[in-house]
Amino acid sequence: MTRTFLGMPATAPAGVGHLRGEEPFPAAARRALADAQLRRNLGHATATIRAKSAGVIGEVPDWERLRAAGSAIKADVLARLPELLEQLEAAVTAAGGVVHWAADANEANAIVVDLVRATGSDRVIKVKSMATQEIGLNEALEAAGIAPVETDLAELIVQLGEDRPSHILVPAIHRNRAEIREIFLRAMPGVDPELTDEPAVLAAAARRFLRQTFLSTSVAVSGANFAVAETGTLAVVESEGNGRMCLTLPRTLITVMGVEKVVPTWRDLEVFLQLLPRASTGERMNPYTSMWTGVTPGDGPQAFHLVLLDNGRSAVLADEVGRQALHCIRCSACLNVCPVYERTGGHAYGSVYPGPIGAVLSPQLTGVADNASLPYASSLCGACYDACPVKINIPELLVHLRDQAPHPRGEAAVMAAAAYAMDHPALYAAAQRATRLSRLTGRRGRGLPPPLSGWTAGRDLPEVPAQTFRQWWAQR
Amino acid sequence: MRIALFVTCLADTVFPAAAKATVRLLERLGHEVVFPEGQTCCGQMHVNTGYQEQAVPLVRRHVRVFDPYDVIVAPSGSCVGSVRHQHAMVARRAGDVRLASRAESVAARTFELSELLVDVLGVTDVGAFFPHRVTYHPTCHSLRMLGVGDRPVRLLRAVRGLDLVELPAAEQCCGFGGTFAVKNADTSTAMLADKMRHVLSTGADVCAAGDASCLMHIGGGLSRLRTGVRTVHLAEILASTEQGGTMSERSEPVVAS
Repeated sequence: MTRTFLGMPATAPAGVGHLRGEEPFPAAARRALADAQLRRNLGHATATIRAKSAGVIGEVPDWERLRAAGSAIKADVLARLPELLEQLEAAVTAAGGVVHWAADANEANAIVVDLVRATGSDRVIKVKSMATQEIGLNEALEAAGIAPVETDLAELIVQLGEDRPSHILVPAIHRNRAEIREIFLRAMPGVDPELTDEPAVLAAAARRFLRQTFLSTSVAVSGANFAVAETGTLAVVESEGNGRMCLTLPRTLITVMGVEKVVPTWRDLEVFLQLLPRASTGERMNPYTSMWTGVTPGDGPQAFHLVLLDNGRSAVLADEVGRQALHCIRCSACLNVCPVYERTGGHAYGSVYPGPIGAVLSPQLTGVADNASLPYASSLCGACYDACPVKINIPELLVHLRDQAPHPRGEAAVMAAAAYAMDHPALYAAAQRATRLSRLTGRRGRGLPPPLSGWTAGRDLPEVPAQTFRQWWAQR
Repeated sequence: MRIALFVTCLADTVFPAAAKATVRLLERLGHEVVFPEGQTCCGQMHVNTGYQEQAVPLVRRHVRVFDPYDVIVAPSGSCVGSVRHQHAMVARRAGDVRLASRAESVAARTFELSELLVDVLGVTDVGAFFPHRVTYHPTCHSLRMLGVGDRPVRLLRAVRGLDLVELPAAEQCCGFGGTFAVKNADTSTAMLADKMRHVLSTGADVCAAGDASCLMHIGGGLSRLRTGVRTVHLAEILASTEQGGTMSERSEPVVAS
């Protein structure tokens, strides 16, 4: 058998989109941890979602079997992704849609900008979408003189606040209602200056603003939760009805979808439409589930474009351990149960994909060296694995990626020395006795030297006993 | 029963009281404890910090040292978790299929203390006496990697004199996570602060757990704040009796600020 090696698939390019942070996680986390308001907002919000989700998951007798089914379907999809994507392309095309292939963020942005320009519109309405956040589509549209308007309430808050999303499902989770009122008063066109911070009043203000925009914009951009290969059907699930407006009112609809979102058959949706709402919003059934197949003459958008986005996904797929990160259905259950996310919030992760899934997905999309601190942004407590509705073994992936991360030279030397000593029992016993010296450094009140000083900044060291266990055992 | 003690490097070096208590407890229950001398460390720190290749000799050593024994016990959910969920993986990645299958065999014979007592030895009342107000922190790896469930709590409930109080948000990580506590010291401390708040809210004198590492972390924080609450390993509580005394050896923390 002969094989032609075509090289590793490319990772997501730098300089476009939002997959890379400006500073390593520990530095960004340090600042977030000092923000007491952020800590309160996040603690309250994640605890509320956790409790709600746990309640409705507890009602489903076959939850574990649904998880196994979801995981199996995704594994099957990844095993024959090229074939399913070609099937999807054929079905969408047959139904009157146009399919575009984008190798990376730059290509996807250029395709969307050209499509919008061709319509003559200088504004697009947007359904909340992780893929378009990932590629920085809004910035690309603005640079081309096209105004993108986010229509998901939380995404609108982020956009008006010139902020960044901090959660996959609840992008403004880091804001409380008092802060939202201030953002609306400052940035929402035509807002009532008497606005209060009652949730219903805030929602009504957004509704009035958005309704005018829905009725006067002829192009919409969406992401997709699922795409059915056999029928060419796209699906978007959302809670506010803004998505339904965007997907039905405009003349032109452009959908940007990560290639891993394809599922083989219509019936596969039965599994995911049970898993997703319970794991993400803690609802039994998703409020607005919109599905469309190509173009229906006289009903809905009369031009439909599907942009299939790679942007590093083929590189993830090439790693047989790492590829399970592509199972993700963007429910954010792992964020809500993560003790690290709960305290640092999403911005500390730098990427649009925060939390445990972000810590394993972002470094794979960009190449581990570009997000080297993220695989370490976890205590490996395992809560994310238990919560994942498609059983992504996130702790296993974190450890796998740490192995690929560039290591500080000093740390590598210490680890090598430790491994050597631990494989030589006499040396090991000598090293154990040497740890007693740490008592002296402690007693002098200096604590441990860097990089171990992080420990003694907030915790005392235990006193190393006079005798190790093995010394005691030998004398018994 | 002849039981091999996998002491763990941390208990051996820093918390021998937990290991000695494991020996005393099992001997009191009529079992023979042996200590295979060639053991050092399971290699978890290397694996979890991103040095799997360097963990290979440690996995090989662990497997060679413990393979001769039918039943192996460790006073640590985390180290047993590493043996069960990482050793074969590390061997396989290094291309050593034979080592991987031997590692799986050793893993199947390796038990965390509460698993050994309840599942293998079939005992929940070990005849212990510990007249203190205790709250129990289920460590992440014993809870999620091993799934020890309520075994430790059942053992504690059977201890005479012990007043067990439930820990709020018990299943949240204490923030240790091995090198996480150093690499992400600020986040780790924030997690520890909440864990300590919950421990203090119980009014317990003692915070117990089945892992010396998590106890070192929680205890280091409780000591720094001079809370007067101490951390005690599950093995030490179960080894305590009216005759043998309940105070075992306590280590006084070094003041390091």
